[in-house]
Amino acid sequence: MADILVVVEHQEGVFKKTTLSTISAAKQLSALTGGAVDALVMGIGIASVAFTVAEYGIRLVLVAESPSLGTYTAEAFAAAVAQVVKEKGYGAVFAPASTFGKDFMPRLSGLLDAPLASDIVGLEKDGDALRVKRPMYAGNAIGTVALSGSPLLFTVRQTAFDSATTSGVKATVVGTTVTVDAGRTAFLSRQETKSERPELTEARVIVSAGRGIKAQENFKMVEELADLLNAAIGASRAAVDAGWAPNDWQVGQTGKIVAPELYVALGISGAIQHLAGMKDSKVIVAINKDEEAPIFQVADYGLVADLFKAVPELIAELKKSFVATV
Amino acid sequence: GRCDVKILVAIKPVPNPDEKVKIKGDGSGIVLENIKMVVNPFCEIAVEEALRIREKLTGEVVVVTVGPKVGEQQVRTALAMGADRAVLVEAGADLDSLAVAKVLAKVVADEQAELVLMGKQSVDDDNNQVGQILAAVLGWPQATFASKVELAADNKKANVTREVDGGLETIEVGLPAVVTTDLRLNEPRYASLPGIMKAKKKELKVVPLASLGVDTAPRVKVLSYFAPKLRAGGGRVADVAELMSKLKNEAKVL
Ligand SMILES: Cc1cc2nc3c(=O)[nH]c(=O)nc-3n(C[C@H](O)[C@H](O)[C@H](O)COP(=O)(O)OP(=O)(O)OC[C@H]3O[C@@H](n4cnc5c(N)ncnc54)[C@H](O)[C@@H]3O)c2cc1C
Ligand SMILES: Nc1ncnc2c1ncn2[C@@H]1O[C@H](COP(=O)(O)O)[C@@H](O)[C@H]1O
Repeated sequence: MADILVVVEHQEGVFKKTTLSTISAAKQLSALTGGAVDALVMGIGIASVAFTVAEYGIRLVLVAESPSLGTYTAEAFAAAVAQVVKEKGYGAVFAPASTFGKDFMPRLSGLLDAPLASDIVGLEKDGDALRVKRPMYAGNAIGTVALSGSPLLFTVRQTAFDSATTSGVKATVVGTTVTVDAGRTAFLSRQETKSERPELTEARVIVSAGRGIKAQENFKMVEELADLLNAAIGASRAAVDAGWAPNDWQVGQTGKIVAPELYVALGISGAIQHLAGMKDSKVIVAINKDEEAPIFQVADYGLVADLFKAVPELIAELKKSFVATV
Repeated sequence: GRCDVKILVAIKPVPNPDEKVKIKGDGSGIVLENIKMVVNPFCEIAVEEALRIREKLTGEVVVVTVGPKVGEQQVRTALAMGADRAVLVEAGADLDSLAVAKVLAKVVADEQAELVLMGKQSVDDDNNQVGQILAAVLGWPQATFASKVELAADNKKANVTREVDGGLETIEVGLPAVVTTDLRLNEPRYASLPGIMKAKKKELKVVPLASLGVDTAPRVKVLSYFAPKLRAGGGRVADVAELMSKLKNEAKVL
C-alpha cells in the first residue's frame, strides 16, 4: 500500500506524547497493509520536535515551517496536511484523537473528500479488507468499520495503543514546502490550566472529584491526596459545570479518555458518560456515600462513606505509610 | 440597530443518552424499540445559542436535520424552543459524516446562512466530524468546541473561546463560519407550553434527499456492533484501613 503519514502534535515547539500512541497505530496499519510510516511536523521553531519524533522507528520526518503555521488553526493546518498528502501521495493519515486531531482531521476529510474513522481502538484485516474498531454510544458498543476511498484518515484513542518506543535508528529529517495562508481564522489568546502535576492522559494515578465534593475550596483536599499519590486531578462534568474545576479536567465521553493504573473517584455517581472516560483504568477506587451509586459496579474497591471523613483518613494513612517506608 | 443575521442550526435526533443501549443479538445494530429519541444534547446547546444571538440582534433561526421523517418530533422540539422554521431532508438513518455534511452544504447555500451552529459530537455515533467537514466543504472557517461566542458589531467576525486539552483558547473567525458547541456554552431552555403550541404552526419543509443531487454513497460504514468487555467490578472495602491494605498488597498500586 501507499505510505502512511502521522501528523505530530506539539504545542509551540513542545512535543506531545499523544503522538506516540498514534505512531503505534500507524505502524500497526503498516504491518497489515505495507507502506512506510513518515511523520509531519508543522509550525515554526520545531526542529527539536522533529528530532524527537525521528527516534521512534519511522522512515522520514517531514518538517513544514511556515509563518502561517506558527500558531495552530484548523484552517491552516488542514490545508497544509492536504497539500503534503496530495504531493507525496500518502494512502493513510493518522493523528491523535486529542482536541488537536479532532479539530483538523475532519476538516482534512472534507478537503480531500476522504473517509475518516474517529477515535479508533483497533485495526485488523478481514481477508484482504481493512477493518477498524471504534467505540460508539459512550463506549457501550464497539463498531467494526469499513472505509472506502483514499487516503484513509484515522484519529487514534491514546489509551488503546501502547506508546511507540525509541528504535535506536534515527529517521531522516527533511524540509518540505507548503504554501498556505491563515485563511479567515486568527489565533487570539490561550488560557492554559497551569499545573505541576502529571498530565491527565499520561498520569499513572488519577484522583477525580464530582458533585459530592460540594465546593471549589474542597478541592484542596483532592490536591493533597493527589500530591501524595503523584496523581493528576480529574473531575466529572458536574464539577466542571459548577466552576470548581477547569474544563480540561473533565473525564468522560465528551471530555478526556483515561486509563491509569489507579483511578480514584470521589463523590462521583458514575453516569454512563463518566464511565465512558475511565472504565478501562486498571484499578478503580470509588468513595461515595450512596451504596447504590452506579460507580460501584465498575469499582474494584468501593467504599461507602462520607468522603469528607474518608479522604482525610486516607491522607493520614498515606502519610504514615510513606514515613514508614522512607 | 444591528443588522440581521441568518443562522442555521443542524440538529440530530439521538437515543436518550441516559439509557444504556443494547446491541441486537446478531450485532447488526442497536435496539431502538422503546427507546426515547431526543435532540442530541450538543445540538440543543446550538439551538439555545442561536436563539440568544437572535434575541440580541434580529434575524432568523432555521433548524435543519438530515434523516428519517420521524425526526420531525425533535425538529418540533427545536421549534418549540423558539427557532423560526425548519427543513428536514428526508434520508436514511445511515448516511455517513461526509454525506451529511455535503447535504448540509446544499441547505446552507439555499438558505444563504451566515452562521452555522452545530453540536461538537452526536452522542450516539460519537463521531465529532460533521461540523468540521461542512466547514471544509463550504470553504469556511471553523470554531469547534465553543464555550463562548461573541459576534462583532458588524456581524463580519466572531470571537470564539474553545475548550481544548490544555485549557481554553480564543480565536477569531471571519463570517460566514461554522461553530460547534461544547457543554459550557449555555444551558438550553425548556420548550414552554405556548412554545409547543406555536411550534405546531411553524413551517417545516420536508425535502427529499434525491432532489438535492448530492452523492451520498457511503465511505465509512459500520458493519457490525459488539459489546465491550465488561469490568468485573462491585468489590467493596469496609473502611480506609482495608482500602489501604488492598491497594498495597492486592492491587499493588501504592
Ligand atoms: C451530552 C452529555 C455529555 C456528558 N459528558 C460527560 C463527561 O464527559 N463526563 C462526565 O463526567 N459527565 C458527563 N455528562 C454528565 C453526566 O451525565 C452526569 O450528569 C455527571 O457525570 C454527574 O457528575 P457527578 O457524578 O459528579 O454528579 P452526581 O451524579 O450528582 O453525583 C454526585 C455523587 O456524589 C455522592 N456524594 C455526595 N456527597 C457525598 C459525600 N459527602 N461523600 C461521598 N459521596 C458523596 C452522591 O452520592 C452522588 O453519587 C454528560 C452529559 C451529557 C448530557
Ligand atoms: N443527520 C444529521 N442531520 C443534521 N445535523 C447533523 C446530522 N448528523 C450530525 N449533525 C450535526 O453534526 C454535529 C456533530 O455530529 P457528529 O459529527 O455526527 O458527531 C451534530 O451535533 C449535529 O449538529
